[in-house]
This record gives sequence, C-alpha cells and structure tokens, in this order.
Amino acid sequence: MEITVTVNGKTHTRDVEPRKLLVDLLREDLNLTGTNIGCDTSQCGACTIHMDGMAVKSCTCLAVQADGASLTTIEGLADTSENDLHPMQQAFWDQHGLQCGYCTPGMIMSATKLVEGNPNISEEEIRHGLEGNICRCTGYQNIVKAVQQAAPEMVGGD
Amino acid sequence: MSKFMGQPIKRVEDPRFIQGQGKYVANIKLPDMAFAAVKRSPYAHATIDNIDASEALAMDGVLAVYTGQDIQGAGIGPIPCGFTPPDIKLPPWHALSVDKARHVGDAVAVVVAESAYIAYDALDAIEVDYTPLDAVVDAKKATEPGAPQVHEETPNNTSFHWPLGDSDAVKAALDASDHVVELDLINQRLIPNAMEPRACVADWSDAMDEMVVWTTSQNPHVIRLLMSAFTLQIPENKLRVISPDVGGGFGSKIFHYPEEIIVPFCSMQLKRPVKWVSSRSEAFLTDAHGRDHVTTAKLGVNNDGEFTAFHVQTWANMGAYLSAFAPMIPTALYITLFAGLYKTPLIFGESFGTMTNTTQVDAYRGAGRPEASYLLERIIDIAARDLNMDPIEIRRKNFIRKDEYPYQTPVALVYDSGDYDQLFDKAMEVAGYNDMLAARDAARAEGRLVGVGVSGCIEASGAGPSKVVTSLGAAVGLWEHGSVRVHPTGKISVMTGAHTHGQGHETTFAQIVAEELGVPIADIEIIHGDTAKTPFGLGTYASRSAAVGGSAILKSAIKVKEKMKAIAAYQLEAAVEDIVYDAETASMHVKGSPDNSKSFFEISFSALTHNMPDDMEPGLEEHTFFDPPNFTFPNSAHIAMIEIDKDTGEVSLLKYAAVDDVGNVINPMIVEGQLQGGIAQGVGQALLEHGQYDDDGQLLTGSFLDYAMPRADNLPMSNLGRIEIPSPSNPLGVKGAGEMGTIAGTPTVANAVMDALQPMGVRHVEIPHTPLAIHTAIQNAAAAAD
Ligand code: FES
Ligand code: FES
Repeated sequence: MEITVTVNGKTHTRDVEPRKLLVDLLREDLNLTGTNIGCDTSQCGACTIHMDGMAVKSCTCLAVQADGASLTTIEGLADTSENDLHPMQQAFWDQHGLQCGYCTPGMIMSATKLVEGNPNISEEEIRHGLEGNICRCTGYQNIVKAVQQAAPEMVGGD
Repeated sequence: MSKFMGQPIKRVEDPRFIQGQGKYVANIKLPDMAFAAVKRSPYAHATIDNIDASEALAMDGVLAVYTGQDIQGAGIGPIPCGFTPPDIKLPPWHALSVDKARHVGDAVAVVVAESAYIAYDALDAIEVDYTPLDAVVDAKKATEPGAPQVHEETPNNTSFHWPLGDSDAVKAALDASDHVVELDLINQRLIPNAMEPRACVADWSDAMDEMVVWTTSQNPHVIRLLMSAFTLQIPENKLRVISPDVGGGFGSKIFHYPEEIIVPFCSMQLKRPVKWVSSRSEAFLTDAHGRDHVTTAKLGVNNDGEFTAFHVQTWANMGAYLSAFAPMIPTALYITLFAGLYKTPLIFGESFGTMTNTTQVDAYRGAGRPEASYLLERIIDIAARDLNMDPIEIRRKNFIRKDEYPYQTPVALVYDSGDYDQLFDKAMEVAGYNDMLAARDAARAEGRLVGVGVSGCIEASGAGPSKVVTSLGAAVGLWEHGSVRVHPTGKISVMTGAHTHGQGHETTFAQIVAEELGVPIADIEIIHGDTAKTPFGLGTYASRSAAVGGSAILKSAIKVKEKMKAIAAYQLEAAVEDIVYDAETASMHVKGSPDNSKSFFEISFSALTHNMPDDMEPGLEEHTFFDPPNFTFPNSAHIAMIEIDKDTGEVSLLKYAAVDDVGNVINPMIVEGQLQGGIAQGVGQALLEHGQYDDDGQLLTGSFLDYAMPRADNLPMSNLGRIEIPSPSNPLGVKGAGEMGTIAGTPTVANAVMDALQPMGVRHVEIPHTPLAIHTAIQNAAAAAD
C-alpha cells in the first residue's frame, strides 16, 4: 500500500506492507533509529512518538494508520533551525534523567505531551503520567525532576 | 577544592542519547544485510526428534535454515563456563540444541532471510517434532529422587557443591547459644530486563578470513576470547568484537550467548552480513535470569543480642545450562558475604548448584551479594523481634568497629575499611528515624498498617584481585587495562577495557584524567567497547569499573605526567625533581620560578618533534594493567517506611532513605543516579518482580504484562546521604556504587513490610510482597487469631 507521512517536517511516500509497524517504517525505511523498541506488548513506551499532536506508541500502530499524518520523532523534537535542544531534552541532561539512554527518546516524547498545558504539574501527576514508560536504569527520580524542570519552561507547547 | 574529582559534572555522553543518536546494535545497517530469527522450543523438556525446514526454505526471500547439527558439524564448540569450583560437573551447552530442548526458549534452529518480517514468517513454517518429557523447575526438588534428569552429566541434577567453614563447629556453637533463629527463605527468580533487548550483527569477510561482530555486551574482549578459544574458534587476530552503545546490562549482558555463535556462523555460511535482534518475549525466555535460591538458615543469638554462629544451606537454581559465571554467584560471591557488617565468630555456608528446565541463571545486579544480604538482614530482623530489641540496636551490638580494619571475616574476605556506627548515625539523621517510628506508632494507634524497616549491607566489589578470584575457581583474572595517549596537539584519548552501558564512564573517566593532568574534559575522549581500539579488558560488572578500570587510567595518567615532567626538565635545563606540574594551569615550571615554564601543549608537541632527552622513547602514551590487592567493600544503612492497604494488601512505599559509604566519589550526581536506579531494582524484588514457572516449565511471567517492573508511580523520591571513607585498595580510594541500591533495597523494604505486620504476629512472608501475598498473610493471621 502506498502511504504518505510527514515526519519531522519532511514528507515521505512509501509503498508498505499493510502489516508493517509504524516503528519499523521509521527505523528501517526512514533511518530514524532514535525511536527505540523495548517490548512487543505495548508496555514500555520506548517507541513513543508524536502523531498529529498526540503521544503514541509507534510499535502499536501500523504504518498504514499513519497515512496522511504528521509525525514528530526524537530527532525532530528540537527546533533545529536554532540548533537548540528542546527544554525537555535539556532538562533530562541537566537533571541526569538518563543512564543508558535507551528509554530516553520515548520518555522525552511522552513527557513533552504530558506537561503540555500543565506547567505546574505535580510529582504525582508526573509519576502517574509516565507509568507507560519503563526505565530500568534511573529509578525515575531524576526523570521526575527533569519533567519538573521543563514543565514551566514549555508554556506555549513544543 | 578539586576542579574535577567529586564534582557533579554533567554527562558528556548525554547529547547523543537525548537527541536520538545513540549507537545501539539494533540500529546497525550494512549493505546486503540479511536477518536471522531463532526457532525456539515451546517445551521445557523434550527430545528433538526431527526438524523439517523444507517448507520454510521454499519461501520467497528465505536464504537458509541451520540446525545444531550444522553448527556442531562446523567444529563449533559448546559455550564454556568460566567459573569451575573443584568437582563441578559441566554439562555441555550448544548454541543450537541437537538432542533435547531443556527449557522453553531453548534454541533449536535458525532461519536467515532477506528481511526480518520474512524470517519470522519462516519460523512458523519450520516443523519440529518433539517428544515432551517431564520437567523440573525447582532448585531443591530437582535433587530429589525420581526428579526428571536435565543432563546425563549431572546426576541428581547437581552440578556442584560448595561448602565454606566448619559445619560441626557452627552447629555446636548454635547448640550453646541462648536462642537459635531458624528461617526457611526463598530468594525468588528475577528477570533482568535491560530496556535494550540483546542484538548481534556479524559481518564475515571471505576475502580476508576476518569477522566483525557487533554485540550488546558489557565486556566485548571477554566475548572475543570465548569465541576465539572455545566456540567459533576464529583466531583473535581475525576477530573484532564491538559493543557500541548498550542499553543497560545489569549483569545480563556479561555472558556469551548462543546467538553470538549462531549469527556469526550464518554470516560465514552465507558470506553476507547477518543481523539478529531479540524481541522482548525472547529476552524473557533467553536472557540469563537472576537469584532463585531456596535457603535454610540458623542464626545463634545470645540474650544480649550478640550473634554467635550462622549456618546456611542453599539450593541455587542454575537453570538448564551453566552460564559463564553462574557457579560463582551462589558461592564465592554469596557465602563469603555472610559476615555482613557483623562480628559473628563462626559461619558455615554451603550451596548446591542444581540444573532445572528453566532459563539459565547468572549474575544479575549484585549477583550473590543481594542474596546474602537479604538472608542475613531478614534473619537479624527476626532475631531482634524475638529478643524484643530495636533492629538498629541489635545490629550495632554486633558491628565490626572502625579500629578493627583490616578485618578478617570467618568467610575468607578481609574487609579493608568502614565505620558502621557513623553510617547508621547518619542514616538515622537523614531518614529522621525517630520521627518515622513516632509516625508509625501514631498510625498504628489509628489501626493503620505502617512499618519501618532497616538494613545494613556490605558487598565485596571492585572485582578483583586476580590471584584470589582464580584460586576460588574463576577462569580469568579480574584486572583491568587503561591507557592514556596524548596527541601532538595536546588532546587526549583514553583507552579502557571497561564498558559503559549507563554508568557514565565517558564523563567519570575523563574527570580522573582531567584532575590529574589539568586539561579540560572537552579535550579528553574515552574509547571503549571495541577490541580493535583497546588492548584488552575484562569489562564492566561487579562495581569494578571505577575501582579497577579507573585506577588503571589514573596510573597511566600519572606515568604520562612523569614523562612530561622529564621532557620539561630537559627543555628547561633543570633537574626533573625540580619540575612542578601545575594541574591548575596544565603547565610545568621550575620550582621557585613559575615563569620558567612549559605548557601541556608545548610538551605534547615535543613528543612529535623529539625535543626530549636522547635516550627517551618518543611518544606520549602509557599503559597500565591494574590488578587490585583486594576487593573493595561498599557498605550501607538504608531505612524505609511503608503502608499496607488493609483491604487489598497493596504496599505503598512512603519514604526511603539511604546512606552509603562508597569511598571517594568521582561524580556525586552519577553516584546518586546509580543508587536511585539500584534502589528501584531492590524495591522491585521486594514488592513486584517474580519470574515464575508452572510445574511444566512454562514461564508464566513472559512479558511486561505479567512481570511487574517498577514504574514511576511505584517509587517515592529517595533521600540520599553519604559518608566517604576511602578504600585503601586502589589509588582512587573508590569502593563502587553500582550495586548497593539493589542489594540493600530488598531487605530494607521487606523488613518494613514485616514490621507493619508484626502486630498481627506475622513472622515472615516470602517476597515479592504483592497484594496477593500480603492479603493472604493478613487473612491467615486473622484466622490464626480467631
Ligand atoms: S516498544 Fe512500543 S511500547 Fe514497548
Ligand atoms: S536510562 Fe536506561 S532504561 Fe532508562
């Protein structure tokens, strides 16, 4: 099936098998390997991206379902024209919110959506909101701190 | 104050990870690359009668199917075991099993295809005829008469028996004690679940007879050695192993795995690069699991709380095969820790390593030391309760005192340093222990189930002194290599045999060199994880990287500095003893005349132009192989407060405080991160995680839906403190921080849960303390009270 997706502002048309997972389209066909795969049961959130403004687990979605959609992956999160880090990326760095880095792209993509419109988000809301993203390394403490740092800086959305 | 050492410097590796530029094995793409998928047994125990791949081979895009016969026919050897105590029985482990499948997930065939999707389709088309056999999954039941036999080579499913101490003397001392606390305890099986599943890419060059293998390993040099000397038998000079960014290991990526044989074999056969990436489901079935001990223990205690003797028997589940270091875990890394922080004069421990129809069990974060600490700290808590003593008071009563180092324990180790009184004083302060107890008592008065738990743990890390570990049965010494190369422009490359997969070596190792030589961190690169780029290395595990690998780097940096001083002396026409190395400015001057100086850059360049003494070799590169004289002994006092929901049995962790002595600290931010992550895994074992099999050997917890990983809302912010007593066993004075959180987290939280249930008369509940386990305990206690 032929599909057209816009990823990080660039439009791609590809012929894909109907069963192809969106995460495989990103990683294999578009070489966007920043989106990781951590499980096969939609549990870990390593593959989280933004689709039409929502955080979605790209392992749980077929590529054909993304036909016509606008996607953002970790590679496109920051405003590259400014060569800046997104405030959430910066906060993960500042707060030591990552160790091996494998959960990090998914964690950052989830967190940016979680705090949108909620600059004063509480610790409890953050912990609850990141329940769908598993990190084996950090114990989450510094991830929570990173989200707390970034939330007030993100007024106006990403 | 130090400019670099002890500073919370932000990690230099992070920019690539936060921008999605991590170089993980699964991201590798090579021209003409094919994909492998592994056919695995659905039975825990079955003979393999026939494999028919004809249908798979007829599929479009399928390149080949290989079985165990193909692998063995190519002369590939079984996977060796690297820790062999006397009289061990070693069953062979072939990358693809030929005769029998011995656990669910055991590899029986591999298919290679043009794409991963085709390879997985083809797996379903391979027909394997099995005859199922009875299975055994329990470490102790496996040794009973009539149990199904997993291997011919291990009668009674027993691979080894490892005793330490004088059992009769300990029994006599127990008889003479005022009290004997008895405890049967299970340390449940855990599944490590690093977030990056294992992966392997192999690229064989037929023209050059050379192989490059990318694999998710914590120790690529060790993997190359095993491949070269035992399994693939490709000469080391023709085999390059690369472990680039690795997404967490926790022990599970130390070992040589079947896929590291299968994938290179496929590449050699097909003369194409071949890639395999584990699914999470495969990871649950095939990554080495951790723990799984069945234990019986007795602790002798006098009326005043003094420990007199400790006697332990453990049946350790090895799973279906002996993984690389598996026999070391319930022996040299377990029984030797039974002294804990205490002066128990007589200790006996013995372990039986048993084979079962389950996934192999090997080192998982802490490896043996969490098992020792959980056992000891649980039984001490029960002793305190029996004697009606405060749990901290009974521990203090038995502490090794700070003026007693070096301290020879009755179980082989010589502790090098510590101050457990200071440690506990600080922990009580950080936790607000007395307020916690008051809050607990107030909550209890309202009828709530609130508990406070403590533990005091020690580990032997910084592995380790090579002569000692090889005398205990290890096939390799545990020294580490580190070298420092100064380029002509004054930039520095550091080569290390350690491997970072979350630990932040690219930052901390640079801090060590920056501190010594006074150069900026930005001028230093840390090279690791590639056998072609670093001379040798034993890798990263056992909290050894800073203590052993970091010390090797420090020593090389010092050697570089000495050579630079000699060059400066020559150029400044002074005696080398009169040259002062100023790390503030990274320059060398003659004592008393700071203007008469040479910069780091000038001296670096001199090595290129040979503006140095005639008899001096050119170049500025120094190597060190550091073999520590002893282990290091990080120690900790952790305190937790929990509340149980009476109706559901659910445990909430309210507060967690930890004070650790990890010796000197290179980067406190990273040390705290290691502790927080470690604590989460320790809490996971106490409350959530359990790798469970049914009696037929089916893994009941084979996905994140069934295996409860700690999530963000299972944990509170922990409150961390430190005391810093330098280790005398390495020049950095560091002890290691990677494992203590996990070691201490489990007993601390389990003791808190048991404290909450104490008023109901509950003595011990096996972990994990899930809602079901606790609810059942409450019901049983209520029924018993009626
Ligand atoms: S990979 Fe998508 S949720 Fe785990
Ligand atoms: S940083 Fe390793 S899994 Fe989160």
